[in-house]
Amino acid sequence: MSTLAVNSISKSFFAVKAVQDVSFTVGPGEIVALIGPNGAGKSTCFNMLNGQLRADSGSVVFDGYDITREKPNQIWRRGVGRTFQIAQTFGSMTVRENVQMVLHSVHDRLSGLWTPLVRSYRAEADALLGAVGMQDQAERACCFLAYGDVKRLELAMALANRPKLLLMDEPTAGMAPKERNSLMRLTASLVRERGLSVLFTEHSVDVVFEHADVVVVMSRGKLIAKGKPLEIRDNPLVQEVYLGTGAFLESSEIAQ
Amino acid sequence: MKHGLRKALAVAAMTWLSGGLAAADSIKIGEMSSYSTNPQSTDAYRNGWQLAVKEINDEGGVLGKPLEVISRDDTGKPDAALRAAQELVTNEGVVLLTGTYLSHVAVAVADFAKANKVFFLVGQPQSDTLVWEKGNRYTFRLFNSNRSQVIALAQLASELPAKRWATIAPNYEFGQSAVAGFREELQRLRPDVEFVNEQWPTLGKLEGGATVQAMIAARPDAIFNATFGPDLAKFAREGNMRGLFEDREVYSVLTGLPEYLEPLADEAPEGWTVTGYPVEQIETPEHVAFREAYMDAYGELPKVGSLIGYTEMLAIKAIIEKAGSTDTEALIAAARNVQFGSPVGTLTFRRQDHQSTFAFFIGKLKVEDGVGKMVDWKAYNGADYQLPDDVVKTLRSEEATK
Amino acid sequence: MYDISTLFAQLLNGLSYASTLFLVASGLALIFGVSKIVNFAHGSFYMLGAYVALTITSAMPSTSWGFWGGVLLSALIVGLIGCLIEMTVLRRIYSAPEVFQILVTFGLVLVFQNLIYEFWGPDEVLAPRVPGLKGAASIFGERIPQYSLALIFVGPIFLGLLWWLTHRTRWGRLIRAATQDREMVASLGVNQKTLFTVVFFLGTFLAGLAGALQIPKESANLQMDINIVVEAFVIVVIGGMGSILGAFLAAVLVGVINAFGVLFFPQAVSVLIFIVMVLVLIFRPNGLMGGRIIPQRPGDLSIDQPFRLPSKRMKLATLIVIAVLMLLPMVASSYLEVVMSEVFILAIFAGSLHFLLSVGGIVSFGHAAYFGLGSYAAALVATRLGLPMGVGILAAILSGAAGGLLFGWFCTRLKGVYLAMLTLAFAQILFTLSIQMVSFTGGDNGIVGLSRPAWLNSHTGYYYLSLLAVTVSTWLMRRALYSPFGFAFRAGRDSAPRSAAIGMNVARIQWAAFIVSGAFAGLAGALMAYHRGSVFPNDFGVSTTVDALVMVLVGGVQSISGPLIGAFAYHIVAVELIRNLADYWRLILGLFIIAFVLGMPQGIVGAFMHRFGKGEK
Repeated sequence: MSTLAVNSISKSFFAVKAVQDVSFTVGPGEIVALIGPNGAGKSTCFNMLNGQLRADSGSVVFDGYDITREKPNQIWRRGVGRTFQIAQTFGSMTVRENVQMVLHSVHDRLSGLWTPLVRSYRAEADALLGAVGMQDQAERACCFLAYGDVKRLELAMALANRPKLLLMDEPTAGMAPKERNSLMRLTASLVRERGLSVLFTEHSVDVVFEHADVVVVMSRGKLIAKGKPLEIRDNPLVQEVYLGTGAFLESSEIAQ
Repeated sequence: MKHGLRKALAVAAMTWLSGGLAAADSIKIGEMSSYSTNPQSTDAYRNGWQLAVKEINDEGGVLGKPLEVISRDDTGKPDAALRAAQELVTNEGVVLLTGTYLSHVAVAVADFAKANKVFFLVGQPQSDTLVWEKGNRYTFRLFNSNRSQVIALAQLASELPAKRWATIAPNYEFGQSAVAGFREELQRLRPDVEFVNEQWPTLGKLEGGATVQAMIAARPDAIFNATFGPDLAKFAREGNMRGLFEDREVYSVLTGLPEYLEPLADEAPEGWTVTGYPVEQIETPEHVAFREAYMDAYGELPKVGSLIGYTEMLAIKAIIEKAGSTDTEALIAAARNVQFGSPVGTLTFRRQDHQSTFAFFIGKLKVEDGVGKMVDWKAYNGADYQLPDDVVKTLRSEEATK
Repeated sequence: MYDISTLFAQLLNGLSYASTLFLVASGLALIFGVSKIVNFAHGSFYMLGAYVALTITSAMPSTSWGFWGGVLLSALIVGLIGCLIEMTVLRRIYSAPEVFQILVTFGLVLVFQNLIYEFWGPDEVLAPRVPGLKGAASIFGERIPQYSLALIFVGPIFLGLLWWLTHRTRWGRLIRAATQDREMVASLGVNQKTLFTVVFFLGTFLAGLAGALQIPKESANLQMDINIVVEAFVIVVIGGMGSILGAFLAAVLVGVINAFGVLFFPQAVSVLIFIVMVLVLIFRPNGLMGGRIIPQRPGDLSIDQPFRLPSKRMKLATLIVIAVLMLLPMVASSYLEVVMSEVFILAIFAGSLHFLLSVGGIVSFGHAAYFGLGSYAAALVATRLGLPMGVGILAAILSGAAGGLLFGWFCTRLKGVYLAMLTLAFAQILFTLSIQMVSFTGGDNGIVGLSRPAWLNSHTGYYYLSLLAVTVSTWLMRRALYSPFGFAFRAGRDSAPRSAAIGMNVARIQWAAFIVSGAFAGLAGALMAYHRGSVFPNDFGVSTTVDALVMVLVGGVQSISGPLIGAFAYHIVAVELIRNLADYWRLILGLFIIAFVLGMPQGIVGAFMHRFGKGEK
């Protein structure tokens, strides 16, 4: 059984058909890249998987459960972690508190009014921080971190509930090439180590071909190809789509 | 500006630390009113009491000591008034409290007076709850009761053939009790009268056009009005232009007061029967003396606020002199049935409800030389329009009269 | 039940009123749209317009041209004054959080009130009728003043002019672009400063125009500012913040509903507009024409230092302060005890606001609602049921919490300014009800005669009770703040998407925070009720909320001791200004608030920590 099955989902905004009849699967332990030029509908598609948007038709099945109509917080509880294009962490907390916050949610201890948050799940939090190499910055305020460190913190937070699937929206956007590679290598090793599946959208071709097991390509709201990276690279349809924008030939950056 | 501010702050800090700079051996009166929020009325009121204090002190003061009035802005809020009351009593050591402009502020201070056993003379507020339901033995009220004017108007109105009445009043205590009192008295005298429309605009937010139209649609024979100030101006102008007042009698409280007539100028609604204060026409010697002294001092005619402020200090002087001391119990005993002269005749505070017998005036409005004035007016002795004693007893707690 | 002619006339009256509302509201919408400033001083520009127009039109020849020319000239002058204020004051706060902006404009309200009083004096003045439009026209037998009919056209004319301006001119297009995305305009190479000044000129010009056009209908008076500004905000919110067309539709809606309300439910006129707003926001959370929710800007409250658990030194300092306060009654006068009791009570209230505002980033602009619910609950329990003070306080806490439960349910569906305005609407509805339900609430004369138990009757006794209450409340609120719940609440403020992505239901946590905050505000209300021995509708009033907001900001948003220090500093300053400077306290207090926000936006505690603290820079 696949970890995530996307069954012909569609979404329109007024007259614009943003996503039409898209299907693909993510198998256990598989790293899947969802790519396409700007406006191809990959963000819309991605947001339907994480619950921020609701599909007009079709279904999304995770781990045997239909999550098509669930909200982001419910989907997370099923075991789906995610990271954002612009890293989302809690700026007014320390690094460790960020992770402790997630762990409280994992253990359903959010409504506690008495014991200070910092006293609980400290060791667990430090272990996660250690896994991403952030343990020596645990006491720092999150809003003063370098962006690469924020990204690593976000990764630790996304892993805190031991998800089966990690959704990563443009994981390397806004990063220098060197940082980008080290973050992706870290991600890949953590993912393989824990046997998770990953679905990520990405602009950088290097990242896609270095790390993805499977590549899914979208254009104008439709899925135009899926397969192994090498197959995709040689796919004439994909080349045509990308030649129009040139984005496929050189890694482009999202303007921040 | 900067320099002045620094100086003011320095003075403020000093007074705060030293607990007030007291002039030696004077009788200190604590006074407060809504000076910042309602300057339309309270500026004239302040002029009035300042004139009286000057006159009293020029003539040798009270019990041989000068009156010293310590004045505070109550900012139109009970909290600020209570704080000011506390500060005046404990820090300044005033012998009594007086003033206030808004009824609910007076209610709060009256409650303070009762709890702290301080004499309190209410100045301008008209709410009758001050002397009845919420009256207490420490609180006296100088200006005439809302009810007395409304009753007198209703009695006049009962002689009209009109059967269908409409009312308009601001939606707060003053307006509510004015309409209730008028209605009750008129229906008592004329059971055949019906009230076909009631308008309750928010104070200060009357929407003239729509409100007047709604009243026209109800086709009343006559109208009772209790709006005043900016609302009155809107009501009068829209009503004039839309013909609401044609062939309809209008009975109206407060409209004849100079502060409300002045802005209307030549659009003062002619023919309305109003309560007011025909300041330029009252020719009794006491009033002429007051008017001239006031005009000398401020270069303008007194308003009703001026009259109240002036009389307030005369009343305080009379009460302290009769008491012979500034002891609260002595003041209460003296204030009951005290007799004192004022620009509008000799007044007293009734023993049974601590309400003064302040006079009031009812007349018809007429425009002359571009300004509205009261004509065919008559002075009413406040003593004749008070609540009967047995009714007072049911409203007022026994303790309040002890 | 009414003739068709009456209904038609009432429609015209409603449309005429709508024009005035639209002119004020469109200026407000423009300013908000581009600069995102919530301009509470807009009513002051309206009032200024009326007074300037009085002076100018009386100097002009009394002809049609004289009047209309005078009106335009007055609006121009008001616009120029607006420019001046934009360039000297507002320009400095564009990147500040919106609560700071609201406070600065509130400071301007105080300054304007005082200055207009100084310039024009206290008397209200009614302008003569308009030359050429002195009479009334007969429409289906109903007489309608010509001037009112003329006003009906003013609204659509200016809607058309504004449409032309924003669609057909370069500046107008920039204004539109800036309404959608402020950063984008900056990148277009436009001088943003000039654009903002132009927009503020335009907005205040419209407010001045509305005020000037009002003088033939209403005497210019010193309450005009407050009387219009809340309505104007409600209209902008109903229309959708920043939308001119929305403001027009909302003005027409409110004007017409008001006109028919007067006809059918004259008793309910004062709450009608708020009920309309609540209904609109329930079905359209961004107003009639509002686009997507304007995202929170960076520079908002979200970037700040973590709340650290207190160090040993801090704990010791706190104990010393408490000890000093416990000894204070030995030397203080009973007046000082009274003022300090108020400081303690207000500190609880400010603390409850701080919890929503600083921890959760929720601008509760109607926080007085919970304070008033508490004070009235205590008063009703004490006077109607004759129950002792303990029960009254318990009832107050429960009422405040119940208020949070009810209003929080609505409010947590909205965001930002809409949420703030909805909280204001609820407070205003309660304010109006407390005035109107005379037999239950005592109307505006309130309820008096709450008596305290004998052992609390002295000022000293009550001082200690208040001190105890503020100590315990602050301790509990701190506890809540450091607890998982407090962190979860803060998490929702820092990053709503992340919160949802770690399984949190942000709206529900915020809802719970409303309840907690309401309970503490209710407690403060009850303590104030017993302190005064009386309760009044002003407990629900805007000024009660604004005072608490100023306290939180003066003390410092980012510290738990902020509201305590703020309550102390602001209350003492305000009380002493009022006591010593009867005629100028508003001017000075207004300037104080403005200077404070401009000069020390991090508050007293924030400035202290910045100077001496160890936090990272």
